[in-house]
Amino acid sequence: MTAIELATSNGTLMDDHGADAALAIRSMTVSYGQKPAVFSVDMTVPRGSMTAIIGPNGAGKSTLLKAALGVIKPLAGSATVFGQPVENARARIAYVPQRASVDWDFPTRVLDVVLMGLYRELGLLGRLRGTHKTRAMECLERVDMQDFAKRQIGQLSGGQQQRVFLARALAQNADLYFLDEPFSGVDAATEKAIINVLQGLRADGKTVVAVHHDLSTVPDYFDRVFLINTTRVAEGTVEEAFTPQTLQEAYGGRLAMGQLGQTALGT
Amino acid sequence: MMGEEFVALSLTPMLIGTLAAIACALPGNFLLLRRQALIGDAISHVVLPGIVVAFLITGVIAAVPMMLGAASAAVVAVVMIEAIRRLGRIEPGAAMGVTFTAMFAGGVLLLEQSDTSAVHLDVEHALFGNLESLIWLDATGWASLLDVEALAYLPVELPRLLIVLSVVVLFIWVFWRPLKLSTFDESFAQSMGIRTGPLGFALVIVAALAAVAAFDAVGSIIVIAMFICPPAAARLMTNHLGTQVAWSVLFATLSAVIGYVLAGYGPLWLGADNAVSAAGMIAAVSGAILALTAIVGPHRSRSGAPAEE
Repeated sequence: MTAIELATSNGTLMDDHGADAALAIRSMTVSYGQKPAVFSVDMTVPRGSMTAIIGPNGAGKSTLLKAALGVIKPLAGSATVFGQPVENARARIAYVPQRASVDWDFPTRVLDVVLMGLYRELGLLGRLRGTHKTRAMECLERVDMQDFAKRQIGQLSGGQQQRVFLARALAQNADLYFLDEPFSGVDAATEKAIINVLQGLRADGKTVVAVHHDLSTVPDYFDRVFLINTTRVAEGTVEEAFTPQTLQEAYGGRLAMGQLGQTALGT
Repeated sequence: MMGEEFVALSLTPMLIGTLAAIACALPGNFLLLRRQALIGDAISHVVLPGIVVAFLITGVIAAVPMMLGAASAAVVAVVMIEAIRRLGRIEPGAAMGVTFTAMFAGGVLLLEQSDTSAVHLDVEHALFGNLESLIWLDATGWASLLDVEALAYLPVELPRLLIVLSVVVLFIWVFWRPLKLSTFDESFAQSMGIRTGPLGFALVIVAALAAVAAFDAVGSIIVIAMFICPPAAARLMTNHLGTQVAWSVLFATLSAVIGYVLAGYGPLWLGADNAVSAAGMIAAVSGAILALTAIVGPHRSRSGAPAEE
């Protein structure tokens, strides 16, 4: 690429196409119908950071995540992971989809779901060995679900299901973790368990990007914020991007001022 | 004497029925879990015009043109369903319903307009198949199974279904992991680089292949029943996909064998004179197995409301 393109649509300078970043999204536009769900979005996630993607309902948070993963084909734009196209970096990416996106009645057990995270290693016909199962069990232990390994997944509570999904992502042994609403509809104990695991990942130098909906926990859980409402509203550290002004801009009238005061202004 | 009669008259139809049932039940497991169970139903209906057209073009009832005609009709139908679903923005169930009834009706009209009286091709055959006529007259007893000359006169449906079943088994064995992954969690599968679109399409093509081969031998009633009943009954027996597939094979086999025996001898036991349709009885037995598992299957009340701690 030429030097001419080293500036994003709103003029901020780009660091060599984000080669150094864990995730670099450029001019991403995604549309399901007539109206774009995500429009011309740039996003840069530094390595070792923990980023919350926040915005009102229907703002394109999940869509942006899926487009970055290549799960949805964007109309325009590109995403690179550690400087490489996503297709070449899949081994370094782990993904936790929304819990409600799958059929929990599916005939499979907890341990089998975690083993799905090893698919790239196992391939089509690679033999499943004891070491793989041991690793899957270790991942279950990290989310405190080891006692449920043989359970059918439909018999779990929402929080337990979410932990199993996180264990599957841990089994992927990735450098960049995408999570879609990991705290949605889970109990307090699960929320604490998940955030402990995620902060442990960051401590190990991994990068975490999560779609998040609970504004009150943003400053506690994350160090960076990406605020979106179809287009990018703000991006940066919590101090820079998580302000009453940016939130007002993203949420408009949909956010009560009281809630704003509690979150962005601190309590 | 018993052996001789059994091998000549009952062994091959039973085997053919069993192979057809298993070939349909195997992909049926995945179609059921993908909420696409009616695809088997649709395919077994849409292949009729393909088979009739193949006959009109070649003038004979031969395996290869029939399979080609049926397969192309199935492909046309799959494309039509997708087109109606996407272009018309109509829900998949309705798109399938429109496609398969329209194509079956077209097949019936074609069949009535064309002179097929000289060959074994009519509406009844399309529904019930001709299982009872797939006998092996050259067999003189169990020893015939080792007799090369007699084996050459096995009904052609038997080796054909054996090949199709091998293809089905091979496909499911090789793609077991991506099939399971993409059936359970499509976006996660995509995030791992699995091309779920082509894989789902391949599954439907394999199901179509099984449906066409089975349709030719045993008619559409068995095809429809075998895509749904054994997998659905198997799902109620276990919470493990591999075990479910094994149960579905067992249930398909039981349906075919018990159904064939009941159709042949059941009416006699009850004092009636004539045997009843084997295809109808096999489908009825598979339905009875599903009813039984729905009442006593160990996992019939599986999740429902998730258990809280």
